[in-house]
Amino acid sequence: MRHSDFKTALTDHAAKLFLGVLFGAVIIVALLNLLVPADSALHVSSYTVTLLGKYLCYALLALALDLVWGYCGILSLGHGAFFALGGYAMGMYLMRQIGDRGVYGNPELPDFMVFLNWDQLPWYWHGFDHFGFALLMVGLVPGVLAFVFGWLAFRSRVTGVYLSIITQALTYALMLAFFRNELGFGGNNGLTDFKDLLGFSLQADGTRVALLLASALALGGAFVLCRWITGTRLGRTVMAVRDAESRARFLGYRTEHYKLWVFTLSAVLAGIAGALYVPQVGIINPGEFSPLNSIELVVWVAVGGRATLYGAVIGAILVNYAKTVFTGVMPEAWLFALGGLFVAVTVFLPQGLVGLARNLARKKKQPDQEAHHEPA
Amino acid sequence: MSQPDSFATSLRETFRRDQVFGPLRPGTRPVSAGHLDTGGKHILYMEDVTVSFDGFKALNDLTLYIEPGELRCIIGPNGAGKSTMMDVITGKTRPDSGVCYFGQTLDLTRMSDTEIATAGIGRKFQKPTVFPEHTALENLELAMAGPKGTWHALLKPVTGEQRDWMASTLDTVGLLNDRDRPAGALSHGQKQWLEIAMVLMQKPELLLVDEPIAGMTRQEVERTTELLQGLAGGHSVMVVEHDMEFIRSIANTVTVLHQGSVLAEGSMQQVQNDPRVIEVYLGESM
Repeated sequence: MRHSDFKTALTDHAAKLFLGVLFGAVIIVALLNLLVPADSALHVSSYTVTLLGKYLCYALLALALDLVWGYCGILSLGHGAFFALGGYAMGMYLMRQIGDRGVYGNPELPDFMVFLNWDQLPWYWHGFDHFGFALLMVGLVPGVLAFVFGWLAFRSRVTGVYLSIITQALTYALMLAFFRNELGFGGNNGLTDFKDLLGFSLQADGTRVALLLASALALGGAFVLCRWITGTRLGRTVMAVRDAESRARFLGYRTEHYKLWVFTLSAVLAGIAGALYVPQVGIINPGEFSPLNSIELVVWVAVGGRATLYGAVIGAILVNYAKTVFTGVMPEAWLFALGGLFVAVTVFLPQGLVGLARNLARKKKQPDQEAHHEPA
Repeated sequence: MSQPDSFATSLRETFRRDQVFGPLRPGTRPVSAGHLDTGGKHILYMEDVTVSFDGFKALNDLTLYIEPGELRCIIGPNGAGKSTMMDVITGKTRPDSGVCYFGQTLDLTRMSDTEIATAGIGRKFQKPTVFPEHTALENLELAMAGPKGTWHALLKPVTGEQRDWMASTLDTVGLLNDRDRPAGALSHGQKQWLEIAMVLMQKPELLLVDEPIAGMTRQEVERTTELLQGLAGGHSVMVVEHDMEFIRSIANTVTVLHQGSVLAEGSMQQVQNDPRVIEVYLGESM
């Protein structure tokens, strides 16, 4: 039994490997983009840089879901909502950065508000001129929503499929709300036409590479944080809650506090992922709240393998890479492929790709011994 | 209990879902004095406890006292109310009427299951309910008495002293060599012992043991007998069991339940010769 401190979570073998591969890949891509001339065969296009950055944001989102689903057994079908809220917080900052460079040239109001004939900025838009305030909101808004939602749900002992359904309803309700123009977040067009971030143009290669690095840093940091947490008594208690909640309650644990703790942290991580995602794709609209997004997210984690952390990251990157390829070749078949993938993984690979790899490695190592179950 | 804690408790009580406006009703306010006082003659008092489910009286004016350090066996045919009695003591079921006190001060009918567990009543369930993915040692770590808050669990590693305590408890139940095996991989008997060890890690004053030898081999039964006898004295132990042989081998005092109330109480010898008990157990070899 180990109680990992933050240092061991950062320096143990698995963490070194994960961080090494992550930063190695990102730095190579960055150098190939910035230093190799555009006509060289080795040049990596800015499109690829941004695509990779997007994948890393998805990976961070998948990591956040793995923390609640894999370790705590809470199957959230609404994690896309926290991602989108973080994205909107960043989008609001980016909108304020446009200033008078919008189509209507209004220095006070974003374009969509001018279009709606609003004469002043709604109160909740104040403060988003400051990057620090926007960053605070990126974590705070999803965190507070998850805290309040989780407090109500876990205290009432809503679990299992019922919890999944209300998380789904949460993201759906938010989607409908954000579609409305009166809410003041740009309606169905969302927030877009971003110009720059902290004064750096979002179109510049340097900014794109910097955003890729920031995404990698956030993913690496979140990975170490989650590894640390899951290695402590808190992590083991959370897993105990997952496996036998009423038993844990009889041992004197307020299981709802543990679930709330993990759920809130996970929502904050999802919000950070959304905030990094928005400047890279250049738009945030209510479509991000779509229940389908949250379900896709569950598929990424299931494909990679639950309760391993790196499995979620691998799953998110692989499935999204497949999606990029697939939607290029035959876009109409993607949803069928995704559905088929989910069914196949559920039936044949309940532990995901990581579980498959582990089983193969174990069989190779000890061919005749009975498979012994190793705690994740 | 400290001041902020009792505030949180009363807030929680206010928002309880199982009793609408409960705190406004007389007599349902939570007890805030949270210390176990074992100064009296008994550690557990149950007086005139009645529980009914849809008109069926699972417990009917049950009165029972347990002394500190006592090893008490509870027997009774199916449906006699043994499990319901355990549920009332552990706060899983609320009695319709009656008094249920732990020590002199703790009113079990007003405490939550978590509070009761923390106050010193440990329960070993009928089916072994260890955490299968956790190792034997981790199971004990989870069960260990102490602060159970999230931040504490995140920031405070297990101390060397606690480690020794876990090791010695595992040794008591004979699982020291299996400390790092996942609990799911242990044999049935080992799981039962692991669970007893887990209950011990809660430092209980009162141990409720539900059918400890169900499904055990003969050797395992013998070990369990020794184990439970070793625990009595230091703790009060209450064993519910069907197996007469087993009860005869461990019991000092036996309580026979029938239709939700106490039918007879006394030594195994007395109980066996009680005509009412013989009538209830007609056909069973006592």
